[in-house]
Amino acid sequence: MLNHVIALAYLAASVLFIIGLKKLGHPDSARRGNILAAVGMALAVLATFVAPSTHNHVWILLAIAVGAVIGTVSAKKVKMTAMPQMVSFFNGMGGACAAVISIVEFMAYAHTINAPDTTVALVASTLTAPGAADYPFLNGHVLVILLGLIIGSVSFSGSIIAMGKLQGFVTEKAVRWPMQRATNAVLLLGLLAIAALVLIACSCAVPYGLFMALFALSLLYGVLFVLPIGGADMPVVVSLLNSFTGVAAACGGFLYDNPVMLTGGILVGSAGTILTILMCRAMNRSLANVLLGNFSGGSGGGSAHSGDTTVREVSPTDAAILMSYAKKVVIVPGYGLAVAQAQHICRELDEQLEAKGVVVKYGIHPVAGRMPGHMNVLLAEADVPYPKLLEMDEINPEFPSVDVVLVIGANDVVNPAARTDTASPIYGMPILDVDKAHNIIILKRSMRAGYAGIENELFYHPKTRMLFGDAKDSLEKLLAEVKSM
Amino acid sequence: MDSLLVFISDNMQMVYILILSIFVGIEVISKVPAVLHTPLMSGANAIHGVVIVGAIIVMGHAAADDFFALALGFVAVVLGTLNVVGGFVVTDRMLEMFKKRK
Repeated sequence: MLNHVIALAYLAASVLFIIGLKKLGHPDSARRGNILAAVGMALAVLATFVAPSTHNHVWILLAIAVGAVIGTVSAKKVKMTAMPQMVSFFNGMGGACAAVISIVEFMAYAHTINAPDTTVALVASTLTAPGAADYPFLNGHVLVILLGLIIGSVSFSGSIIAMGKLQGFVTEKAVRWPMQRATNAVLLLGLLAIAALVLIACSCAVPYGLFMALFALSLLYGVLFVLPIGGADMPVVVSLLNSFTGVAAACGGFLYDNPVMLTGGILVGSAGTILTILMCRAMNRSLANVLLGNFSGGSGGGSAHSGDTTVREVSPTDAAILMSYAKKVVIVPGYGLAVAQAQHICRELDEQLEAKGVVVKYGIHPVAGRMPGHMNVLLAEADVPYPKLLEMDEINPEFPSVDVVLVIGANDVVNPAARTDTASPIYGMPILDVDKAHNIIILKRSMRAGYAGIENELFYHPKTRMLFGDAKDSLEKLLAEVKSM
Repeated sequence: MDSLLVFISDNMQMVYILILSIFVGIEVISKVPAVLHTPLMSGANAIHGVVIVGAIIVMGHAAADDFFALALGFVAVVLGTLNVVGGFVVTDRMLEMFKKRK
């Protein structure tokens, strides 16, 4: 009876994981999704805990208490800005957990090989094939143990290095050494070779040494895998290691014939891989480019400044989410707004955002457009309330507290070169300090230079996202997305 | 080689679950806005903490005098709990910014 209930609990947990993950992909349901997944996890843990085959309850409870207290306290205390390294740390713990499980199970299995009669209880969980006396280690059970060990260890040490790079106790620079790719490839092949040697070990001697070497080299590989990647790319690496840990957890599913470990692990393995690719795409790069280092040298060192020429595009959906969940949005109109005759749709977007509780203001540069007052006239025509239009001197001190700046077809009036680059033809011109805001979304038809014919480094700023297209089209798309939210 | 084939056919149901889970994972993630990438990664991170189930099994099956398995099992349960609890709490904190306003 109890076993049937446990099986059902595992099923419910698996379903909750899937629904939770699905809901995590939408801003409105994300929080509920996280809670659903947590409920699923609680179910799975509880079911395992009350299973008839589980003993040592006191010790298990104690271990859970220790982990829960440390986990909660550190997760609550960490600063918002230090979240990625925290995720990396927790991910590493999961990897380490999988590796430790593999070590225990290998030793237990080796024990049954040495003394076949004594530990009959273990055979229940071992999936040995019959008649494999010549190669007692050549079976799925050992293979899964080895996979769990390798993947879990790589994920653990890699995550710790990634965390170090984000936190600053490991250099955030991309560490390269001669023949770096070759050494890593050789190490990986070596890992596989040792694993193969363990599998074909004879019954005369348990390959403890090889197993431990496999453990050590896996840890080393995790370190060498992450070191050559720059600090700025760590979120992608953490996401990839996250999916590794998922696969390591799934190995446990095979090991114990446990469906919830398998579904949970594989779900994260595949979803994590897709997510990793999505993250790379959002940075306009490929996964191979991130992992192997880029050849252009553009942002190789991680935190490149003036040499950084990556333009980051944003989808209307993402831009709409950024604005809908902001506290304060400042719209900076320019000539592009006038050309596209987009002032009415701009006001509609403004109204939609205000309806969601977002404060919307306009930052008007004195020479925005082609004549002084051009923007005021245009926006007044669209019935934008006059008090919302702020002059440059009024709006500039506000930018540091602005969540999103939406630049609509303006260019020179937001070019930071006017402040910093003495060689620039517009040096000394007062500008709107939009680069001080938290996020900058720029609607623009193309990467062409503005009226003054000069490059604008704001477009390459890490905080900047470009939405290319006619101002009216883009605003209409944004409006539709904001409405549907 | 034989024994690996036997392993697969012995675990056919699990192999089916494995394949189907891969597809479910891909489907579930297909269209996600960039601002949710980090919370989603963090949530997924907490979900693979399901490895804790394995850790509990290790400890639960260990004989009372098998200190090696007990000690490592204890460590594994602590690590797994860290992954699970820390993962869900951190994700929840990240998602606070998406709270609905009135």
